[in-house]
Amino acid sequence: MNTNLNTDQSLEKTIEPPKSSLGVFGWLKKNLFSNWYNSILTIISVIALFYIVKGVFSFVFISAQWSVISENYRLFMVGQYTKAEIWRVWSCLGVVSLLFGLSAGIWKGTARHMSVLLSVILLIHMLVPFTSGTAKMWLGINIGIVVFGYFLAPFIPKNKIITIAGWFLSFPFTIFLLNGFGVFSTVKTNVWGGLLLTLLISVVAIVVSFPIGILLALGRTSNLPIVKYFCIAYIEIIRGVPLITVFFMAQLMIPLFLPEGLEINNVLRVMIGATLFTAAYMAENVRGGLQSIPSGQFEAAKAIGLNGPQAMTFIIMPQALRAIIPAIVGQSISMFKDTSLVAIVGLIDLLGIAQTVISNPDFLGRQMEVYMYIALLYWVIAYSMSYASRRMEKSLGVGER
Amino acid sequence: MQKKNSLSIFLASLFLLFGLLLAGCTSEEAGSDDSGETEEESSTDDGGSEETSSGDEGSSSDSDSTLATVQDRGNLVLGGNSQLPGFGYVNSDGEYEGFDIDFGKAIAAAIFDDPEAIEVRPLSAQERFTALQTGEVDVLIRNTTWTTTRDTELGTNFAPTTFYDGQGIMVRRDSGIEALEDLAGARIGVETGTTTELNLADQFRKLGIEYEQVVFDDSDALVAAYEAGTVDAWTTDKSGLVSRQATLSEPDQHKILNEALSKEPLGPTVRQGDDQWFNIVKWVTFATIEAEELGITSENIDDFMDSEDPVVRRFLGVEGELGSMMGLPNDFAYRVIKHVGNYEEIYNRHLGPNTVFDLERGLNENWTNGGLLYSPPFR
Repeated sequence: MNTNLNTDQSLEKTIEPPKSSLGVFGWLKKNLFSNWYNSILTIISVIALFYIVKGVFSFVFISAQWSVISENYRLFMVGQYTKAEIWRVWSCLGVVSLLFGLSAGIWKGTARHMSVLLSVILLIHMLVPFTSGTAKMWLGINIGIVVFGYFLAPFIPKNKIITIAGWFLSFPFTIFLLNGFGVFSTVKTNVWGGLLLTLLISVVAIVVSFPIGILLALGRTSNLPIVKYFCIAYIEIIRGVPLITVFFMAQLMIPLFLPEGLEINNVLRVMIGATLFTAAYMAENVRGGLQSIPSGQFEAAKAIGLNGPQAMTFIIMPQALRAIIPAIVGQSISMFKDTSLVAIVGLIDLLGIAQTVISNPDFLGRQMEVYMYIALLYWVIAYSMSYASRRMEKSLGVGER
Repeated sequence: MQKKNSLSIFLASLFLLFGLLLAGCTSEEAGSDDSGETEEESSTDDGGSEETSSGDEGSSSDSDSTLATVQDRGNLVLGGNSQLPGFGYVNSDGEYEGFDIDFGKAIAAAIFDDPEAIEVRPLSAQERFTALQTGEVDVLIRNTTWTTTRDTELGTNFAPTTFYDGQGIMVRRDSGIEALEDLAGARIGVETGTTTELNLADQFRKLGIEYEQVVFDDSDALVAAYEAGTVDAWTTDKSGLVSRQATLSEPDQHKILNEALSKEPLGPTVRQGDDQWFNIVKWVTFATIEAEELGITSENIDDFMDSEDPVVRRFLGVEGELGSMMGLPNDFAYRVIKHVGNYEEIYNRHLGPNTVFDLERGLNENWTNGGLLYSPPFR
């Protein structure tokens, strides 16, 4: 067992710790069969694992009928978005691809990882047999755009500002293009659905709730009584109510309160509800970050002649936000998954379209396949978010004080 | 003091910004609504492609009449179900289909001569009546049971029943259960929070039968438990039982008891307070039933146009003023049958022998065949 322990030490001054040389059986004995109850536990776990894996495999590869996914693929992605206008969705994806490519070219690192992931996902969709010819063409163009952006980025002057501005403008642009607003023929929001709608709602909720959350957090720590108590009341009321209740409010009560004739679009109602809900949680996250900053920082800022807003903007807030990246990402991921609740209030998001597809008489009884597929979709997106945040934490040095 | 002051100004300006942001969000949408409406007024029968938001018909620019609003808008907004096999669902092309949807298409055909001039707004069971009351939808055809409360307190009017459903019970063939009495001591699965749960309790208490109720959160879990043998029987509306039976691993091994635990008449629903619109929905529905009785289908309808039978002639609008009495063209029934078909065609398309459901007509037969469908005379 210990033959290779004392071999190459003549050259080294310090002795390295002995390498583990237990071998397969040794490792098994040490970790899995160290005593009688561990052995029983191991055996039971192996048997259970075997049956689970066997069941999953035989379902996924033998008994499942995946045609329900491939034949309804467009529905899962964009819902009932008008077929003739689908180029708009592709164009929006193209803009996002370009921004991904540019970001990857400028910042490398995480952005490059995410761009590679995006390209791989696009490539997979290009290679699977069931996507249509035009879809394959668009997918190919998008991969091209990512690569193009990546190599183009270093040659653009002021590329960082342009890219950041691009990210901010991409969302209004997407909404504009998807809806048309009279410039193109209007595509009503009631046909927006599937993954498209899920992403739109979560992006709005996450992005818009962030500044609102910061304001609420500042308001709550403010000395002005009205602002302070308004913020406290808002945060505590919203946090005391389940999200589904907020959605029911948005869908059922707001139309009843509004005067006859005035009507807010139901997708917009849900977006506002989700945003206001997330903002309350975001505010508490930000407040936690603010409290973690020692008061010495504020005093130091004052000492070098910064006034209140300047100190907050340049000294306190950057540190506070850096400290709460994990909390913000956690909040964003949970918001992304929580958007599935809109299926209960009649919007056809990813979960809604799944429920609709399994109601199609041609695909009765196919709920396992459909739910497995959308679970995978949710997981891929949620995991990429958490992966990106972990990389960002590392590069910003969070938790390394 | 200086610091505090500037901080408060900072906060105030931030809130102003926040307010502007919100205002920006809403005014963007409102602006789009406006543009949509002005365009609507300029062009009427245009398939409604101009309209922006989903069904802003409560706007009622010139009159309170639902028909005028619908005609101005250029399409009918139908409150429907997107998740009920056979009745309302989205096919692979993203189009709504189903038994309930077809009655909406019939109304659109009567008004616009175009069955596709509808926009389906999928509604959950909870929000359907709110959507109807607030004018988000013109007509609600979403497997809605006609009850006293709904007809009175909820302020809705029920057009003729399009589908007579009833709660049923499914058991295994080899269980030997033939009637409700045989279910004594059985484990019966039911979906929680539904009227079916209450009906089950009511019926069995009335009959004095002891049973064990097993509640499930959703129908998928319920069916899975039934297939696994955890429960001996399960109950829901008969149409639901039939559609589920088709998906079981061995459909022949199961049967649905003949007895019905409840009455579930399902039909189109409109707001109270607009009798003209109520009449339109009512008589469009009757037209499909009357056409079946007269033997008129979408295929042979043109042969009936030169019929000598005054009943047929009045029905098809060749003579008489039946349509204009309710603000429709006189040939509205012709349009309905030509585009959508008579009741039998609609039924067979979605629930009949050539579908997975193969649902027997039963109560939903025409009265001439011993069913309950009976149209008052068109005269």
